[in-house]
Amino acid sequence: MRIVRSWLAEYCDLKRLSDEKLGDLMTSLGMQVESMEVVGTPVAGVVVAKVLRTERHPDAAKVHRVWVDAGDATERHVWCGAFNMKAGDLVPLATLGTTMPDGREILRRGILGIDSEGMLCSAAELGLSSDAAGIMILPTGAKLGRNVFDALGVKRDVVYDLDITRNRPDATGHLGVARDVAAKLGAKFTPPKGDAAKKGGVRRVPVKVVDEKACTRFNVTVMSGIVVRPSPDHLARRVLAAGMRPINNVVDASNLVMLECNQPNHAYDAAKVATGFRIRKAKAGETLTTLDGVGRTLDPNDLLICDGDDRAIGIAGVMGGADTEISDTTTEIALETAWFEPSGVRLTSQRLALRTEASARFERGVDPLGVDYSVARFAAILRESCPNLVVHGGATDARTKHLPKSPVVTVRVAQVNRVLGTDLGAKDVSALLGKIGFVCTPKKIAAKKGSAVQSGAGFSVKVPSWRPDCTDEVDLVEEVARHVGYDTLGKHVSQSTQPGGLSPLQQRRRALRDVVLSFGASEAMPNPFLAPGDHERAGVALELAALELENPLVVEESLLRTSLRPGMLKAIAFNVSHRAKDIALYELGHVYRAKATSGAVMHGDASATHNLPDESEQLCIMAVGVDASVAVGWWSQITAVFGVGAQLDQSRVPAGYHPTRSATLARGKQMVGYVGEIDRMVLASYGIEERVACLEVDASVLLGESPKVPVAKPVSRFPSSDFDVAFTVPAKVSAAALQRAIKQAAGSLAEEVSLFDVFRKAPSDAARSLAFRVRLRAPDRTLTDTEVASARTACISAAEKLGCTLRG
Amino acid sequence: MSGAGDHVDRITEALKTAMASLESAGDVESLRRVANEHTGKGSVLVGLKSALGSISDVEVRKATGRAINDAMQSLDALVAERLSHLERAAASVAAAGEAMDLTEHLSRRSRGHAHIVTQAWERLEDVFVGMGFKVAEGPEVETDFHNFTALNMPPNHPARSGFDTLFVKYGDAGSTLLRTHTSPVQIRVMQEWDLPIYAVMPGRVFRRDTPDATHMPVFHQIEGLVIDKGITFAHLAGTIEAFTKAFFGSDFTSRLRPNYFPFTEPSAEFDVRSSNGKWIELGGCGMVHPNVLRAGGVDPEVYTGFAFGFGIDRMAKERHDVADLRDMYANDLRFVRQF
Repeated sequence: MRIVRSWLAEYCDLKRLSDEKLGDLMTSLGMQVESMEVVGTPVAGVVVAKVLRTERHPDAAKVHRVWVDAGDATERHVWCGAFNMKAGDLVPLATLGTTMPDGREILRRGILGIDSEGMLCSAAELGLSSDAAGIMILPTGAKLGRNVFDALGVKRDVVYDLDITRNRPDATGHLGVARDVAAKLGAKFTPPKGDAAKKGGVRRVPVKVVDEKACTRFNVTVMSGIVVRPSPDHLARRVLAAGMRPINNVVDASNLVMLECNQPNHAYDAAKVATGFRIRKAKAGETLTTLDGVGRTLDPNDLLICDGDDRAIGIAGVMGGADTEISDTTTEIALETAWFEPSGVRLTSQRLALRTEASARFERGVDPLGVDYSVARFAAILRESCPNLVVHGGATDARTKHLPKSPVVTVRVAQVNRVLGTDLGAKDVSALLGKIGFVCTPKKIAAKKGSAVQSGAGFSVKVPSWRPDCTDEVDLVEEVARHVGYDTLGKHVSQSTQPGGLSPLQQRRRALRDVVLSFGASEAMPNPFLAPGDHERAGVALELAALELENPLVVEESLLRTSLRPGMLKAIAFNVSHRAKDIALYELGHVYRAKATSGAVMHGDASATHNLPDESEQLCIMAVGVDASVAVGWWSQITAVFGVGAQLDQSRVPAGYHPTRSATLARGKQMVGYVGEIDRMVLASYGIEERVACLEVDASVLLGESPKVPVAKPVSRFPSSDFDVAFTVPAKVSAAALQRAIKQAAGSLAEEVSLFDVFRKAPSDAARSLAFRVRLRAPDRTLTDTEVASARTACISAAEKLGCTLRG
Repeated sequence: MSGAGDHVDRITEALKTAMASLESAGDVESLRRVANEHTGKGSVLVGLKSALGSISDVEVRKATGRAINDAMQSLDALVAERLSHLERAAASVAAAGEAMDLTEHLSRRSRGHAHIVTQAWERLEDVFVGMGFKVAEGPEVETDFHNFTALNMPPNHPARSGFDTLFVKYGDAGSTLLRTHTSPVQIRVMQEWDLPIYAVMPGRVFRRDTPDATHMPVFHQIEGLVIDKGITFAHLAGTIEAFTKAFFGSDFTSRLRPNYFPFTEPSAEFDVRSSNGKWIELGGCGMVHPNVLRAGGVDPEVYTGFAFGFGIDRMAKERHDVADLRDMYANDLRFVRQF
């Protein structure tokens, strides 16, 4: 909302507040100043000049020569492209060297070898109005040579662009802002007088409101004695400053009323609406050409203004039709001032993508009782340019039973203080509210059962009709807070009565990140939305179709991921294509899966998460140019930190993984993840040639379990006995299986069995040599050579049972 | 019988000889050998010591004994000093032989880099944990009840349209969505936790926005919720101020100014600035609306509370002076590894 300082000053003494202070004050009241613009700044060097004579040049068709007198007894010659002036007219002359508001400098630039000693200006070029049609003709009597701005009495003004929140419909008019500012400043609020004198005879226009809910009030007042002409300069400038385009005195008056009282209204040519008005919902497929010349197809939810013959002439609250517009010859108008139901206007305006100054106001809620004042203000403003204006009696004011009534709200002074932490008395509260139009009637209020608010003073508050947002006690608490000033309410730190902290799960998540970062993997955050086909390309098996978005922005982002792999592969491929070194990434993020069993969200479902899709946190780590053993290494370090183990089941090859270099991580029947290398075919589809090691783990499982707290065991004081055994191991026996067998065979004395060497004669050999180091120790004695030897024999025979041969 | 002078002369002589040979020993081994020759069995001094018993004059015997001890002590000290000197010399010769250029450092995979949003997220959590808050989480796919209705945004509320919200095809049409803010976690915390509540709720949120330099359809917020008996607007302002100083630095201050949100009332926008800077708009806050407390099963006549929330991505963007939010989500290692 653009608020003009000089306009505000007419309704409230601004007490010489600086422009910045006034801005701060409005911001402190919740009307945030987004920008501040100074307008009407005089342009130095533009002076009043009299046209002496004009002359065409035979070789110049589009321009003519104008001789002017700027009061310095010199005759100057300028070229000019506009022809609207005649000898004797006063015009603005930008003298040589003038810098125009658009930044251009006036130079002696000649045409056909003849110099131009300056430039004649349009009102638009001087920033005085949007009129760029011709050279501005100044009022007679202006002193030659005087600065044009001084001669016109144009004063510097400031326009504030305010961000008005949804709960302040009144602040989309200068009056509403002025009322708030005056209350805060302790200044008198002086709204302007209307001109409601009904001088003319009765002129009644029939009005039939068909949809009584969507339109609760519809006033039509006929005015005659109108001469359509440009608005007086000061009004036109005001329209312009407020961000609209001056059109003519009637349209401008209409807009000024809206900008002042927040009441949109529409002036029809009375002759064109003589049959009256019907306000009804549109028929499906009905069409109307709106004022902007666009043909619009309507919907049965749209509210229409129709003439007495039921022909659509406007979309209620949004925009009028082109046919009933006033013209230059209009002498009588029918002024419509109405109240339309906010959400209906919003839906129509949204559906048509047609947001207007009017629709923006109706959808927030205008004052249902502000109609009469707005009509009177319209007459008063228009009378400035139409001294013979007649306002006819017998205006139709159709009201339906749905016209909103201002509620009466009970306010407890103790509740105000309880929420704000203040110590306000009843008088303070009523004074603060009274200044902005809330009428407070004192009453004693008994405590509600179980309430922390005790019985005491309070008020029945009649909410003003321009504040439809205020319906509950808490709304009035906010009004008190706004006017007391948020900055005076104090700053006390609330002392938490409980220890803060991360939950055990959150602490483990941090530990997990720390471990993963130590692998050299950096964190990626790929898009959780996928395109159809993305899962398949990444080799992700879908048991159920991925969840779809109802209204995706683009089809490439229409599915919710069920796996982190597609996004990660894309991120990996991106870095591969940019030839990054040592590519290793990880993501810790959510995936979403439809539920296999029943249970879906219903409207208004307040239940816990069990009806929602399955959502779980997953970890995915990928590194380029390393093999599956690295991924297994990641997993073994993670299990070491979290104490959560899993079997590597290489017989279950995860979909999308390398057929002979991957495994499923299983804990009993529960599948917790995948480890290994990504399938070459999958990689090829991403343009990745190198190996990609990958670990995917259900982090919900990993983080959800609290690791057992280890119980201290006494450390043996006796020396250990170590021996190494190496075997030739056939392909079908996994190292893990052999290690388990050895450990079991070594018995309770085995402290540690570790694989320390793997050797293949040729890389393609299936069989390989595996060497283990076995460390034996007893808690209570030094082991004898016999004990060690028998343990070694047991280990060898256990290995041989598996088909391994001891190496010499 | 010889006199005391005779003994002393022999001791002095032995000491002199011993010292000279110790000084001339060039390495640790020869030093040990020489030391043994002059102070060990069979050395002159030990010989003299064992002959002490044959000196009959008590005074002479005592004086001679003292002289021998003194000489032995001088020799021990000299041996220790020479030993330490020779060991040091040997070590430095050895070190010279194994000289290493420490800049011959092979570059290999180093520690990974956490996303700057994660870094900001964790810093924020830490500040609030220090202020006595717990950290709560909730699902990203939400019900319209938790995301809207319970937050005092009834079914016809403008923010609920498909223009801003991404709906998921699941359950009743319009019932399931990607949460548009972290505020639904407020409702879940109220439903599930015991009072009083001091919680922050960081998380990923979604809007139907086309990505540009300052908007992403997927971004992150942190939300705070305090519900207790006797909580007032002044506590809200005080908590925001304490957070501002803790997170941005003690020279920063905060202010609240009126704004409008459906789920809080009175509502405010909070701005922060350094002692000489401009006000920077940071986030929204306010006293929890009684309707929201009721939706969470809390009696507004007994408890009051406040809530606040702001974007985490913007914190990261401002801290590291990132020009375009999209850079933060390109997963380009050249970018990620800067932080």
